[in-house]
Amino acid sequence: MSSKHPRSTVRDIERYAALFADRTKVMKSSAMRDLMALTERDDVISLAGGLPDTTTFPPDSYASLMGTVAAQSCARALQYGPTEGLQVVKHCIVDVMAAENMTVETDELLVTTGGQQVIDLVCKTLLDPGDVVVTEAPTYPGAVPTFCAYQADVVQVTLDRDGLRTDELEETLDRLEREGRRPKFIYTVPNFHNPAGVTLSLARRHELVRIASERELLVLEDNPYGLLRYEGEPLPTLYSLDQEFVIYAGTFSKILSPGVRLGWAVAPAPVLAKMNIGKQASDLCSSSISQYFVGAYFNAPQPPSWEDYVRSLIDIYRRRRDVMLDALAEHFPREADWTHPEGGLFIWATLPDYIDTTDLLARALQDHVAFVPGRAAYVDGRGGSSMRLNFSGVGEDAIREGVRRIGEVVREQVALYGTLTGTPGAGTPRGAEGRWLVGAPTAPSADPPVDEELAKVLRLPRKRAG
Amino acid sequence: MAKVAVLKGGRSLERQVSLKSGARVEDALAQLGHQVTAIDVGRDLVARLEAAAPDVAFVALHGPDGEDGTVQELLEVMGIAYTGSRVSACTRAADKVLAKHAMRADGIPTPDFFAFNETAFKELGAAQALPKIESRLQFPIVVKPSSQGSALGIKFARTPDDVPAALVAAFSYGRKVLLERYVTGRDLAVSILEQDGVPTALPIVEAVPEQEDFYDFESRYEIGRTRFVCPAELEPAVAERASELATRVYELLGCSVFARVDLMLEETTGELYTLELNPIPGLTETSLFPQAADAAGIGFDELIGRIVDAALPAA
Repeated sequence: MSSKHPRSTVRDIERYAALFADRTKVMKSSAMRDLMALTERDDVISLAGGLPDTTTFPPDSYASLMGTVAAQSCARALQYGPTEGLQVVKHCIVDVMAAENMTVETDELLVTTGGQQVIDLVCKTLLDPGDVVVTEAPTYPGAVPTFCAYQADVVQVTLDRDGLRTDELEETLDRLEREGRRPKFIYTVPNFHNPAGVTLSLARRHELVRIASERELLVLEDNPYGLLRYEGEPLPTLYSLDQEFVIYAGTFSKILSPGVRLGWAVAPAPVLAKMNIGKQASDLCSSSISQYFVGAYFNAPQPPSWEDYVRSLIDIYRRRRDVMLDALAEHFPREADWTHPEGGLFIWATLPDYIDTTDLLARALQDHVAFVPGRAAYVDGRGGSSMRLNFSGVGEDAIREGVRRIGEVVREQVALYGTLTGTPGAGTPRGAEGRWLVGAPTAPSADPPVDEELAKVLRLPRKRAG
Repeated sequence: MAKVAVLKGGRSLERQVSLKSGARVEDALAQLGHQVTAIDVGRDLVARLEAAAPDVAFVALHGPDGEDGTVQELLEVMGIAYTGSRVSACTRAADKVLAKHAMRADGIPTPDFFAFNETAFKELGAAQALPKIESRLQFPIVVKPSSQGSALGIKFARTPDDVPAALVAAFSYGRKVLLERYVTGRDLAVSILEQDGVPTALPIVEAVPEQEDFYDFESRYEIGRTRFVCPAELEPAVAERASELATRVYELLGCSVFARVDLMLEETTGELYTLELNPIPGLTETSLFPQAADAAGIGFDELIGRIVDAALPAA
């Protein structure tokens, strides 16, 4: 027998809903979360997650590291820690940042509960309801609920194969200024963008920090994947170009484990101090156990070193990326485009504008394969014909088979559209590497704008009677 | 007290909704003193039912398999009593096209429509008939899969150019697609619950989305995203007519014990149109059927108790 009180449906709704803050009306969980829940079924090849492959971490090492924590720091690991983080992990962060040619002191760091908390704390510190945040279009889908929770007015600026379009950024900032709307910060993922897979070019990095500096705007540089580069030369981080207006967000999630839930922020001192106060309110401190674990890992006397492990991940992910690119060329129709990431975890594919990838996901799930529909990466309903494909979370065979299945349903829909519109011959595989897309300025599309066309189909204003 | 197996989850796109419905049903049954076994419906369904050997199965599934008679047929074969409508009613109600044909034949107003399967377009050149359909229905046109619930896959086409993409989207969910005249107006839900074997309409619920222009998937299942008005503020004659139509549809399709009928009250004409009947309406905390029961003075536990009692074999 349950000891719960009897429930009344109407009262349930009213008594809770009446207590909800206004911000919950704009808080959204990721689009189509119920569909996404289905992607976790065992029988589904999921190219939807953003998961690093933690199966490569040796269980023996894990046990030994935890043994070290128990032997050397048991009581402290089980205790609260300082809000700004433990020294032991801060030294690791200094090493990781040095690997990307950044120099920081430990007192310039705020250890956080994952990189996600940096986004949250920056919003908490800088945003009043209605304040403008500028970000890329598409943007990291996980940042959207955070922006919404703080009732931000999110303005998205197109990116192309060279990342955020700084010319469009300047135009946007000019327009916002004319409208009397001053953005608080620009959120960007410069390296191997999630979801777009593209990397901000060196010239645009300089442009971006120049714009931020001239206009005295903050830039939140989210760099979870910077060390996962599979080709090309590393580019300087925004933080290394400008420490005055850049807030840097790092994480151990992709180079070690998302399960440790540890990230960090580096920010101008007054901003960092406010973020520290914000973090006190959120969770007092990040997990001490995790911080000692990471400390033990970085300081382990025997190889492999943390750099060796990252190198092993790079080898695995590079192969998986190549397998996915080959599979896309083999199985996706010529009407599709996709990006060629030099690192990171994601490829962004864009289909003809008459295909809605949210609906396509429903169809793909019937064939036991999943991806993230593109609309999750926009706040304004755009992205309906794009999808994010992850190549780090599953093995090479699963990637090949998953892309084959998605390609099949895409070609099926392209062919059906051809039948409906009398456009024969549609849907044949491309057979060569896809064009780079995401609004590539060098290859403008003759098609009508995706968003306006889709908007007509998706939503119809309804007048309410009475 | 009875041994009740609550069937929930499954593989349909409405799995999460079903899990929520199922969890609430389990609580209510436990509250009533029944012995509850929860079954997340999958490949081992038969084995798990055999192991549980329930007196009755509470079908808290939504969408294909659970609501279209598939699971009901299996329960018939296994000789296990189950809640709600029988196989034939589920089969007809879950297929919006079959249900609308039945309604139209019986003189129950439903928005004008045409329905096609993929073969019609691929093999029979149905695309060439689209202009005729469009002129018959007038824009805007609603395009939706024939057998999907919770507003998944529903698109609006405002011009002929929108129709092909809307059809492609709707075919993502099933092999049959419905093109329907769009009725602008108010969303009404009439819940039917049998009382002493007589189908009785419960107070009508009107769903008013707080933000979205259209009562979509998110606004259906997130608390605070939709304002529910129950009883809906309607002229008594309109409410009576809606209840009468809903009851007629319920009887026409041969439903049992409970169901929910969705209607539109057209803004310009004041006419009522029946859209569909849900043989297993949602039982989540934001679902319309439990709200209607509550407004009639029937709490959730009592509601679930009545549904189970109706299914239990006579002692």
